[in-house]
Amino acid sequence: MPKRVGIEVSLAASEAACAADVDVIAADPVTPQTHIVEHLSELVADGELDAEFMPVESEHSAMSACIGAAAAGARTFTATSAPGLALMHEIVFIAPSLRTPIVMVVANRALSGPISIWNDHSDIMAERDCGWIQTFAENGQEVFDLIIHAFRVAEDPEVLLPVIVNMDGFTLSHVIEPIEMLSASEVSEYLKPYNPQMVLDPREPITMGPVGVPEMYTEARYQAESVLNGSKKVIVKAWKEFAKLYGRSYKPIETYRTEGAEVVLMTMGSVTETAMTAVDRMREKGIEVGLMRFRLWRPFPVQEFRRAVKGIKALAVVDRAISFGAQGGPVCSKVKSALYGAPDQPQVFGFISGLGGRDITVEMFEEIVKKAIRYATKGKGPMYELIGVRER
Amino acid sequence: MAKVDAITGWKDLEIGCAIIEPGSSRRLKTGDWRSQRPVTDRDECIKCGLCWIYCPDIVYSPTRNGYFKWNGDYCKGCGICAHECPKDAITMVMEGE
Amino acid sequence: MIEIRVHGRGGQGAVTSTELMALAAINEGKYAQAFPSFGPERRGAPVMAFVRIADGPIRTREKVYQPDVVVVLDPTILKIVDVTAGLKRNGMVILNTSKDEEEVRKTFGIKAKMALVDATSIAMKQLGRPITNTTMLGALIKASGVIDIKSMETPLKKRFGRIAEKNLNAMREAYEQAQ
Repeated sequence: MPKRVGIEVSLAASEAACAADVDVIAADPVTPQTHIVEHLSELVADGELDAEFMPVESEHSAMSACIGAAAAGARTFTATSAPGLALMHEIVFIAPSLRTPIVMVVANRALSGPISIWNDHSDIMAERDCGWIQTFAENGQEVFDLIIHAFRVAEDPEVLLPVIVNMDGFTLSHVIEPIEMLSASEVSEYLKPYNPQMVLDPREPITMGPVGVPEMYTEARYQAESVLNGSKKVIVKAWKEFAKLYGRSYKPIETYRTEGAEVVLMTMGSVTETAMTAVDRMREKGIEVGLMRFRLWRPFPVQEFRRAVKGIKALAVVDRAISFGAQGGPVCSKVKSALYGAPDQPQVFGFISGLGGRDITVEMFEEIVKKAIRYATKGKGPMYELIGVRER
Repeated sequence: MAKVDAITGWKDLEIGCAIIEPGSSRRLKTGDWRSQRPVTDRDECIKCGLCWIYCPDIVYSPTRNGYFKWNGDYCKGCGICAHECPKDAITMVMEGE
Repeated sequence: MIEIRVHGRGGQGAVTSTELMALAAINEGKYAQAFPSFGPERRGAPVMAFVRIADGPIRTREKVYQPDVVVVLDPTILKIVDVTAGLKRNGMVILNTSKDEEEVRKTFGIKAKMALVDATSIAMKQLGRPITNTTMLGALIKASGVIDIKSMETPLKKRFGRIAEKNLNAMREAYEQAQ
């Protein structure tokens, strides 16, 4: 029986990696991911997890070590946050290219400057096009479940791609809440031992990561792109099986009270729960509003998205990052491009909020919905809008 | 039609573009762009092995009698061996046409 | 759902107190959230920590802006922080003070319902140190009734090991004394 315990979400993330019986962890502590790494090093030192813990000197090295470990056939885990992820950037792109199924938790934090340790999505949006599968968790339970799911998908012979599980820094990472923890033996039913398709082994030498000359670079990149797009069916299947075994079901796009909705809020990550409370409150007042959120961010679930917005008149997309100079946020830009050419498109209004640790409150979501309704009635709104910015 | 320079289709690439045949670079004979080649005067050679150590393409290999044999398949004619030879026993000579 | 905000100074255990409370509530089968007001931790600086406890899943991630209960670990905080900010209409302030109610109301102009306990004296007696977080938990549980005081035993023992008993005694004494 899964055990329901009160636990800090960061520790639950470490426990998930432990339940997945990882072989190698290479990580460098960085706020707000620190507790994940601390706890994993404790688990290894206490003999509760039989794994190699590599306390590397930088995230550039962390990801390099992870790639080496995964190439040698090890189940590999790491975690980081904004400045660490940025320092890792170069190597982050190499992992999917080498088809190394690493699982990485990103405790999302704002990129500086000004220096900020607090939560938003600017760190992960800067890695949007890195070729990893990317999912977003809304609460501690999802963090635990998505990590287990991530290993299953990453190591699937049809996929062999690294996976990032996003969890909001502080807003999730430092919160104590009830989580149903699966033990290693419970997880083993879902997650079989990693059976690598290709390993670095001196007895049977191969070359991984050779130069990609112009005569083959395009083909190599297309392989990565085509595998990433094709991974969606494995991702969905793995969620279905997760639901069958453990009773919690996940979908690429989740909807909440969207039936008959005039305006639908779109969110990602932990603000979703606050947005649900806002939707409940507004529904009580007779405002027909619903909520939709991307659980799967890459590969972008375009068909599911187009299906989900059918019949919806307006979308209010809430971004947690600015795409500087692009007049909007990255999620809203993607939403608009995914709708281009689709029949019966909803009107899309972009909002940016919750930057650098500022709360998006229930009231702010209500304000966003009210604005979206007003713009939808008028038939036009601003390109995007920063909610909660003080003018003077 | 656009010119296609590709040497293989994307579906034929190994996973992650790996090269699964060990030592396949041996087949790529890099010696054919040489304009000069080293010739060792064995009367002067003291069998010190510096040519073998310094050669960036490992074209020298030790022989049973202590000298070092040159392999023209991979020698690019850079002249490092001739430069490093302490006895000036190696001379770079022009390749014929 | 009950929302609690704890005021203290860095190092006084405000965050720990909220964590212990949430763990106890979760062990009772309830739902709970405990989290600090995230920031650079500095010993001595005024800090806040939050707890939400409910019978069903808690679906909000904002800070606690309108608490039902405010706990003040350190009486000197009252001079620099408006601890009653956002307090709900029937909300309550639980205060560590050696003063009596009339004096506190006069000095700080608090109109809300109050529960007072001299937690510093209890902590000095039981723990030998003026760290009042576990002591104040006793007063909080007494005044709010949101969880059973017995539920605190497991998380406190796990957290404090061999000094758990002293902390439990401090908590129990405050539970008895709070008014």
